[in-house]
Amino acid sequence: MYDTTYHRAGSLQDAEAKFAAAEDAKFLAGGQTLLPTMKQRLAAPSDVIDLGKVPDLSGISEGDGSLVIGAVTTHYEVASSDVVKRLIPGLAALAAGIGDPAVRYRGTIGGSISNNDPAADYPAALVALGATINTNKRSLSAEDFFEGMFMTALEEDEIVTNVSFPVAEKSAYAKYPNPASRYAMAGVFVAKTSAGSRVAVTGAGSDGVFRVSEMESALDANWSPEAVAGISVPADDLLSDIHGSADYRANLVTVMAKRAVAAT
Amino acid sequence: MTTVSMTLNGKKVSANVDDRTLLVQYIRETHGLTGTHVGCDTSQCGSCVVHVDGKAVKSCTMLAAQADGSHVTTVEGLANGTELHPVQAAFREHHGLQCGFCTPGMIMSAVDIISRHGADIDEKTIRHELEGNLCRCTGYQNIVKAIQAAAQEMHGAKVAAE
Ligand SMILES: Cc1cc2nc3c(=O)[nH]c(=O)nc-3n(C[C@H](O)[C@H](O)[C@H](O)COP(=O)(O)OP(=O)(O)OC[C@H]3O[C@@H](n4cnc5c(N)ncnc54)[C@H](O)[C@@H]3O)c2cc1C
Ligand code: FES
Ligand code: FES
Repeated sequence: MYDTTYHRAGSLQDAEAKFAAAEDAKFLAGGQTLLPTMKQRLAAPSDVIDLGKVPDLSGISEGDGSLVIGAVTTHYEVASSDVVKRLIPGLAALAAGIGDPAVRYRGTIGGSISNNDPAADYPAALVALGATINTNKRSLSAEDFFEGMFMTALEEDEIVTNVSFPVAEKSAYAKYPNPASRYAMAGVFVAKTSAGSRVAVTGAGSDGVFRVSEMESALDANWSPEAVAGISVPADDLLSDIHGSADYRANLVTVMAKRAVAAT
Repeated sequence: MTTVSMTLNGKKVSANVDDRTLLVQYIRETHGLTGTHVGCDTSQCGSCVVHVDGKAVKSCTMLAAQADGSHVTTVEGLANGTELHPVQAAFREHHGLQCGFCTPGMIMSAVDIISRHGADIDEKTIRHELEGNLCRCTGYQNIVKAIQAAAQEMHGAKVAAE
């Protein structure tokens, strides 16, 4: 790792000021993506601003028909929260399947979505549930937030403060994990929301998370695994790499969609 | 440079180190506790697992400065004098190690796994929970056996004490 200067932010304002004063800073949350990247010298920020101990950014709360999760809330906290399990069980199950226990103790929802790895799990949940991402500057819908592979609408100095999820009637997530990394080869989040049925796919799209409208209409008519069994996504826009071809991933998407619906 | 202070295995320590110092370097190089190992540079092997404020984390994927003010326990901090921790004793009893490289991380993860799941943890759960700990000698069979035995032993001890 190249040299860097570490700062621990005491508040959101403090984090903003420290970021502005630095030459080429990066925010640090759980560090489960940023630190490995810095160790490999693929990133070399002059300063890292640690958001991990900012009180306003952590915690889980129940709103009026919504669930609000602070940006630095860890995967472990989401997975073990009784509130999340009661309101959106699919989200708790998703968090419980991210990486391994040590990664879940440190990694955060804000870090995961800001990074927007095409194989990360959370983006599927945010898009399927129609979540709102709140930052220190504005509020964004999940579909506007995720722009493509490792790309989000966030500006350099913008900080995710929390994610607000409308409570869904039904929710579940099924992923086929890469056996070595545990990241999704294909992960499908299904939700029955007040806006209708929603299906979002991660791990498979070459542009990151995407929705499958054909499956959504089929589930609106009949919420059952059989309803999505005959629907496949075109392989043209899917990832193809040493772990699996685009055709293989297209097949996985249908299988994971069936499993997710069966789990609700 | 930055001053990093913490309680390491019950002892207050402090040192002036580079900001980029990883927690594992701080433990091994600054304080000479070489029980914690480094087996990869991709955050995947788990041989570096220590407890930070009671949570089992990869010390290669945390800056020492992030742990400033924390309580950190390494494998050296488990035994009570010459009496091994029940998980350590079970690894010895059940031959849960071959070359021993992954063992400190396995043991630190195991202590955390047992504290979350209790005595009746089944084999499938243990294997699933060990996803972040790799053993290149592939001696998982006996590692799983040792963890299961330690879970029962620790629970049994608790019942006896009640
Ligand atoms: C072995 C291993 C296995 C993993 N497996 C999975 C998996 O199966 N599924 C999965 O989804 N992920 C997986 N991950 C990634 C993990 O979920 C990370 O926690 C996550 O990608 C990043 O979160 P973090 O809190 O660690 O962020 P960091 O690494 O601290 O930061 C990541 C990026 O986000 C930025 N950032 C962080 N917080 C904010 C914020 N509040 N506002 C704005 N920008 C911010 C940082 O500047 C940085 O660019 C794995 C990681 C490891 C090491
Ligand atoms: S050395 Fe920390 S995970 Fe391999
Ligand atoms: S005992 Fe050799 S790596 Fe596990």
